[in-house]
Amino acid sequence: MSEELGFTLDGRRIPFQDGQTVMAAALAAGVYIPHLCFNPDFAPHGSCRVCLVKVNGRFQASCTTPAASGLTVQSETEELRNIRRGILQMLFVEGNHVCPACEKSGACQLQAVAYYVGMLNPHFSHFYPRRPVDASHAEAVIDFNRCILCELCVRASRDVDGKNIFAVQGRGIQAHLVVNTPSGKLGATHFSIHDKAAQVCPTGAILTKHQGYNVPIGQRLYDRKPINVVGDVAQLPESKGGRRHD
Amino acid sequence: MAEPESHALTEIVRDIVQRHSGMPTRLLQILRDVQDHLTWLSPEAINEVAQELSISPNKVHSVAEFYSFLYTVPRGCYDILFSDNITDRMLGNRELLHYLCDRLGVGIGEMRTDGTVTVGVTSCTGMCDQGPAALVNGYTLTRLNKPRLNRIAELVESRTPLEQWPQEFFEVSSNIRRADILLGRHFADGAALRAVLKRGPEAILEEMIKSGLRGQGGAGFKLAAKWMSCRNAPGEVKYVVCNADEGEPGTFKDRVLMQDFADLVFEGMTLCGRVIGAHHGFVYLRGEYRYLLDSLKATLQRRRDAGLLGTGILGEPTFSFDIDIHLGAGAYVCGEESALIESLEGKHGVPRIRPPFPTTHGYLNKPTVVNNVETFATAAKIAVEGGNWFASRGTAESKGTKLLSLSGDCERPGIYEYPFGVTVRRVLEDCGARDAQGIQMAGPAGHMISAREFDRRICFEDLATGGSFMVFDQSRDILDGIRNFTHFFVHESCGFCTPCRVGTSLMRDLVIKVHTGHGTPYDLEEMRKLGRIMQVACHCGLGQTAPNPVLDSLDQFPEAYQRRLRATTFEPAFDLNAALEDARQLTGRSDAGAYLNEEDLMLGAMP
Amino acid sequence: MIEAKLKIATCSLAGCFGCHMSLLDLDERLFDLTERMELDRSPLTDIKELGECDVGLIEGGVCNAENVHVLMEFRARCKILVAIGACALNGGIPAMRNQFDLKECLEESYVRGIGLVNAQIPNDPEIPLLLNKVHPLHEVVKIDYFLPGCPPSADTIWTFINELLSGQPIALSYTQIHYD
Repeated sequence: MSEELGFTLDGRRIPFQDGQTVMAAALAAGVYIPHLCFNPDFAPHGSCRVCLVKVNGRFQASCTTPAASGLTVQSETEELRNIRRGILQMLFVEGNHVCPACEKSGACQLQAVAYYVGMLNPHFSHFYPRRPVDASHAEAVIDFNRCILCELCVRASRDVDGKNIFAVQGRGIQAHLVVNTPSGKLGATHFSIHDKAAQVCPTGAILTKHQGYNVPIGQRLYDRKPINVVGDVAQLPESKGGRRHD
Repeated sequence: MAEPESHALTEIVRDIVQRHSGMPTRLLQILRDVQDHLTWLSPEAINEVAQELSISPNKVHSVAEFYSFLYTVPRGCYDILFSDNITDRMLGNRELLHYLCDRLGVGIGEMRTDGTVTVGVTSCTGMCDQGPAALVNGYTLTRLNKPRLNRIAELVESRTPLEQWPQEFFEVSSNIRRADILLGRHFADGAALRAVLKRGPEAILEEMIKSGLRGQGGAGFKLAAKWMSCRNAPGEVKYVVCNADEGEPGTFKDRVLMQDFADLVFEGMTLCGRVIGAHHGFVYLRGEYRYLLDSLKATLQRRRDAGLLGTGILGEPTFSFDIDIHLGAGAYVCGEESALIESLEGKHGVPRIRPPFPTTHGYLNKPTVVNNVETFATAAKIAVEGGNWFASRGTAESKGTKLLSLSGDCERPGIYEYPFGVTVRRVLEDCGARDAQGIQMAGPAGHMISAREFDRRICFEDLATGGSFMVFDQSRDILDGIRNFTHFFVHESCGFCTPCRVGTSLMRDLVIKVHTGHGTPYDLEEMRKLGRIMQVACHCGLGQTAPNPVLDSLDQFPEAYQRRLRATTFEPAFDLNAALEDARQLTGRSDAGAYLNEEDLMLGAMP
Repeated sequence: MIEAKLKIATCSLAGCFGCHMSLLDLDERLFDLTERMELDRSPLTDIKELGECDVGLIEGGVCNAENVHVLMEFRARCKILVAIGACALNGGIPAMRNQFDLKECLEESYVRGIGLVNAQIPNDPEIPLLLNKVHPLHEVVKIDYFLPGCPPSADTIWTFINELLSGQPIALSYTQIHYD
């Protein structure tokens, strides 16, 4: 008698294995919970807060909450949708997200999640921070205007690539992504577009050069189908409109 | 303090790093020491530190940029920071700040061109009962007034070393106004340690269970459960950490305990070490209490000499425990226990994901008990006097007593120890607050209550508090306080999670909009919605409680907002006319078309 | 009895008229619309004075004093105000100048520009003064509806106007909402 472990998510039973989080178990069961700083290839980070769910009546980030038998988890409620939309709106006013001028548009996870939670406008007052663009690298460009501080590039470069190229510095609203060189320029690093760090950015902050608009706007990953159907851009191979290099 | 030559810099840094045994966990302490030598952390100094510790320069830089008291841009040889809590403001600190800046010819937050002095502001320094206060090179200045500032300006101009400044400038009073079982009864050093040796850790844990003691930092977790969890956690190496990062504005009772009752606190920590099986403890002392460091170190040495600390405590060969003091560097978020542990490990203080909790995965991922200063002191007393003795005071869910830090509009600010369950009204009577309109309870992260709630009781069942109790009398504008608190949270947010990093700034801007008379009911509704998101979505307690003062005051003091609102339904988020000023300057225009008139602006405001 | 037609006004502030082009892309559906609504002030009618309207559609963000005037007037005269397109919603491309001080922007164009004769920053009172930053509409007036897109497609505008006219809650399909 091996009773399968399980919890309830929006009325549906989700099986899980010991050690899995609510997010990981849901994902494995094919149930989408919106997220930005979470990427199944990495340890949970819990910073974007977009994957907020209600676990037995308490609000928790599903990516950091261990799954447990008997949990009742709510995700697709009006209340959570409103909160998630609010968090997305905060991200949009914090940086400078000019979708019409961004090569990532249409295959951008930030944008796709914003569509998913029904964000029609950024709602809050814009910060319009002044941030640089770094095109010093031969193969890649960093537009810091689009960074949402998910630290996926930081984690990928440190934990997978073993290069430790990125870091976040500063406190509070001053927190910002930096490149680990005295000049702060990506061109002075050993960064390569084949690095894991080049494939994980959920926004257009880290882009590959020389392949702009290969896929026309309108025919991109999220132009026709929502993210809960097609999945995260970083998890899909290039042949399917993603950015994973196989 | 001239710029050292590069080889001299290498020597200085190497020397400091060696004094800290080359341990990366001591990074924050190392950076503090390096800065003491150089006044700021230059890129060269950061590189030297990184090299000596064999870690990446950017890691060092991340730490240096995170803490308010570490500087990556040049600072004056005299670094003067005015405490900017609302209680300092009520005592007129802003006028004094401007006065000193004028006298010294320096702008706020700027270094004077000759490199002599920098004058700025900092979050509450815990001297609310003897403000306006400031720090000079990290050392506390109290009871500032113009004559004192005149003298200070002279001392700065003459470059007089701090040691030669008048001692009374640095005098910190304890102001204990009411003592009960914790502050009032004599305690013989070593009594709790003798008790645990005589009766064994299990019996002491039993007393802790009977006592019902809960964490006195404010969260109120049962002490016995925490100690037991850590004691039962697998692992040979365990740690005891005393949270003396008393950063909640308006709180200063831990400062008094560390100043007058340090033995009792150290004894509580040592007791905990024996109970959970730890041999090492840390005191995380907030940077603002640096003035206590030497006397605390002396107390530790005295206890070692007396056989109350170190190896073979009280002659028992298996009883070893020692304590290090780690000095913070200006980061309120480090009061959160997992952020505190990160900081202890030499990192920037971002709260960890929980679970796991520190009792199983704490300092260096080893089982760790983190308790507040007052909790350790109380535990030591309970070990001697017994759990029942302690539990005989207080209420059903809140046993024993609580130290309150009283400040603001009252005749006798200071420390008051009450049995749990005391009413707000009683406290106000005792401290001589005759005309109170409201109380900010438990600091900005706590609750604001108005006069109609003064019969509420201070205990976990009703008004839980870490000890901050700031009184606002009828002459005060509540929104001045709220605005100050929202600034505080913007400054102290660690920046890790979205709703706190962005939400604190959005909330501050909304409060400023209303405070300056540009708000409408729409903005109040925006505050509520934003506050609700922050309360439920933030990663840690800082962000979750950051909107509390706004949300509470919207309910408790609606008139403080209402009387400032415009008679319209919507107002722009920014000052439209001011936004044309740059263009007016650049074009030299002052014709009618260069301004937006009130009539036009009212058109869109939908009266 | 003939039902009164709904009055609609449109304008472009700091935008590129792309949203208006999208409106024209309604093609023959425009005839259908004119059966049910009447255009007031709009670049399409060349009516200069804004009358009392049911709906105002505004493209573009707010970059200068004239934009403020026009937006305020629209807010005062239109029962329902709709922000259309990326620029109206978040400032869009024009707001990319917010990365610079106004002085830098003007000097780049009028002082350091190539081939300028008698270079100076224009100061004619006829020219509206620039705000130091470009702002989206919702930071200046209350906006009732938002329609994202650069531009929103004709289909999106069609769905929106139809549902608005029929008093339905606005329900756009997935492909009708995009930020680019």
